[in-house]
Amino acid sequence: MSATDPTTGTTDPKIWMRRQGRWSAFEILAWLAALTPFFLFPTYLPLANQIAIAALFAISVDLILGYAGIVTLGHAMFFGLGAYFAGIISVYGWGEPITGLLMAGAFAGLIGFIASFLITRVQHLALIMVTLGLGFLTLELANAMSWLTGGTDGLRGMNRWPVFGQFRFDLWGYTSYTYSLIVLFICFLLSRRLVNSSFGLALRGVRENVKRMPAIGSDHKWHLRKIYTISAAIAGLAGALMAQTTNVVTLDALSFQRSADVVVMLILGGTGRLYGAILGAFIFLMARDQLAGVNPQYWYFGIGILLMLVVLFMPKGILGFLSGLVSRRGK
Amino acid sequence: MSPMTDVLVTEGLNKSFGKLEVTRNVSIALPQGARHALIGPNGAGKTTLINLITGQIRPDSGRIALDGEEVTGLAPYARVKRGLTRTFQINTLFPDLAPIEAVTLAVCERDGKAGQFWRRLPAHADAIDEAFAILTQLGLADVAMRTTRHLPYGQQRLLEIALALATRPRVLLLDEPAAGVPKDESAALFAVISALPQDISVLFIEHDMDIVFKFASRIIVLVSGAVLLEADPETVRNDPRVREVYLGQGHHG
Amino acid sequence: MTGQIAIVLFDGFAFGMLLFLLSVGLSVTLGLMGFINLAHGAFGMLGGYVTILAMRQLGLPFLVALPLAFIAAALVSVVLERTLFRRLYRAGELNQVLFTIGLVFVATAAATFLFGTVQQVVILPSWLRGSVQFAGLNFTTYRIFLIVVALLVTALLVFGLERTRLGAQIRAAVDNQRVAQGLGLNVERVFAITFALGSGLAGLGGALAIDIVGLSPSFAFHFLVYVLIVVSVGGLGSITGSFVGAALLGIGDVAGKYFMPEFGGFFIYLFLVAILLVRPLGLFGKR
Repeated sequence: MSATDPTTGTTDPKIWMRRQGRWSAFEILAWLAALTPFFLFPTYLPLANQIAIAALFAISVDLILGYAGIVTLGHAMFFGLGAYFAGIISVYGWGEPITGLLMAGAFAGLIGFIASFLITRVQHLALIMVTLGLGFLTLELANAMSWLTGGTDGLRGMNRWPVFGQFRFDLWGYTSYTYSLIVLFICFLLSRRLVNSSFGLALRGVRENVKRMPAIGSDHKWHLRKIYTISAAIAGLAGALMAQTTNVVTLDALSFQRSADVVVMLILGGTGRLYGAILGAFIFLMARDQLAGVNPQYWYFGIGILLMLVVLFMPKGILGFLSGLVSRRGK
Repeated sequence: MSPMTDVLVTEGLNKSFGKLEVTRNVSIALPQGARHALIGPNGAGKTTLINLITGQIRPDSGRIALDGEEVTGLAPYARVKRGLTRTFQINTLFPDLAPIEAVTLAVCERDGKAGQFWRRLPAHADAIDEAFAILTQLGLADVAMRTTRHLPYGQQRLLEIALALATRPRVLLLDEPAAGVPKDESAALFAVISALPQDISVLFIEHDMDIVFKFASRIIVLVSGAVLLEADPETVRNDPRVREVYLGQGHHG
Repeated sequence: MTGQIAIVLFDGFAFGMLLFLLSVGLSVTLGLMGFINLAHGAFGMLGGYVTILAMRQLGLPFLVALPLAFIAAALVSVVLERTLFRRLYRAGELNQVLFTIGLVFVATAAATFLFGTVQQVVILPSWLRGSVQFAGLNFTTYRIFLIVVALLVTALLVFGLERTRLGAQIRAAVDNQRVAQGLGLNVERVFAITFALGSGLAGLGGALAIDIVGLSPSFAFHFLVYVLIVVSVGGLGSITGSFVGAALLGIGDVAGKYFMPEFGGFFIYLFLVAILLVRPLGLFGKR
């Protein structure tokens, strides 16, 4: 996507680095395209809202998986914690969305910070299993605490107030999608800044060669704890968005399926490039919307084949594949 | 030799893996500005000794001190922060980063700026300039913006050293810096090493005796995990035990 | 109370033996090649459906259908291994995880397409039905059979690994692949055989599981989590580890559901996380 060509680049490394983080026309177009549902496809606003939330969730996973190399199969834990937190405080009388959203994100981030001490102790299969185990643990806990969470019936009696006291959540989803899109955009900007910072570089260092990091004086586990906490908070925001815009929180928010789906989205789109998360969420949910209507089995078959093809032939995801095509044509 | 001038001191280092003693009672001292070589046959425990000094492996007993302060219990990264840095025999680089990015990262880590996620990377202009200066010093300026994995092997070996230099080491432990490099190039590489400023004390592992005798001011001979001899090159060259070790090695090889 | 505990221990151990059959192959292949095959449970499902087909369509007896389940799963797995999986040995754990999850999706969809989502049942021969009275307690005959089969398989595996040439090669390759290769061992071939055997055992496990847990297209996903727990808790490449891990999980699972149904699997996952934090390589893992 970014128009860098290291071989013919400048000799000043600062200019070269600035160019790495520059906005491209593609990006601006992509964000303009995100506005089209308002005008062209208003019936798809609820789906667009789902995509925005899934994209935010996928960005949170990209930050740890794509940038820091932490493979997780349990990130729905933080999505669900955010969703339940936002839902529960509205049940107990605080329905103001923005403060609710922020508190939910902070809560998920806090739990993420605690969990990060466990996550950084293990690697490889044990890491995958610990993330998976923590995810299931949270799910079982939410199920057991049905007095608070509503258990398998889901949370009841949520009461959300208008955004800024002005904008009610309407049936068609205008407010919902606007709200989610703005939160997505802000989080995207923050994430973009993060990955283009020295911290983002340190995370890439961890992903590229974790063994070297201590030898350049890096306390890389602190980097990992930090990004895991940030990622958990963003996942919590995504969950809170879902609770607030759909008015529904069920155990599904914490499910293994959700943890696996988000990784699948990310891989489809391409890891380590933020937009891969957004594109992946878009493709995944659009395809599911179209195919699952016909027959849910087609959907599983299709997504399975697609995953295998992407892993075998597009190791950088669909976005990486496309940008490879573009840059090849450019030469 | 008063202890004040010794930057790095180890006292009685021991390490065993099961029944195998890989390091036996190793006490060495590296004075300020040293250019010491660590030699010994394969399996003598040279890399293990570097791993012990830099903290990748914990010793069973013994002490390690840097500038008179004990560092034995410190994590590897904390030793690097105090100026005890190593390179690796097998390239341990960041394959998909550009050299300028990798060295900038090392500089940021040293200055404690690597955790800042709110400032864009180009805003750390000092760090980038310093990184570029280090790369220039090692002759890597032309390839600073390429991807590391595409660099020729010899330049990757230099990048190993560049990464270490970016930590501003007081002591630099080089584990076969010229491993796998053709002989004519390895002399050039060692010329770079010996041109390093005098405030960096260097201990290097090297198999090529010509290079060792040319660049080392003192030589430590390690055999079966223990120090056989520590002396100047002339003494080592004429020592019958060293000849025995190396000739014995030659007969089998 | 003690009677309840005895029955729970018995049922749990039988369930654990089922888990052992389903997971031991994955443990060995993971230890051997580091290949994270999440589709391992799909081979179990394949074995299950082969059994159903063999009995219903061909009218074969249960005891004949079991080896067929083993053979079918082994054959399909070795074809997949030679054509697809081998491309991924160096591709990193994430790619392995995703590719094999994709395969599980496809297998699930295919099973639904062919057999529908209904729970399949197997009609056991009369001598396997009913239960045995002992000390005033009822022990299901089929679970006794299950335990006997699993113990026989364990004995065969241990004997094979300790005493045969292939076993020695597998042990050498698990211990140190580079050295084994250096000694002229054809690691690829050893791995293909091991892979086939391990998947075959999963197929056998799938066939034996029908009467205990039923069989539907969700089998592959449902057992995936159990299998992964056994493998990671037991430790890669360790038969003892898989055995102990499977027995613990089986007993823990049955006991949890029996004594504290409202907490479901809470304690299982708590133990999983705790064990892995204390021993990241599992109880019997070496590397």
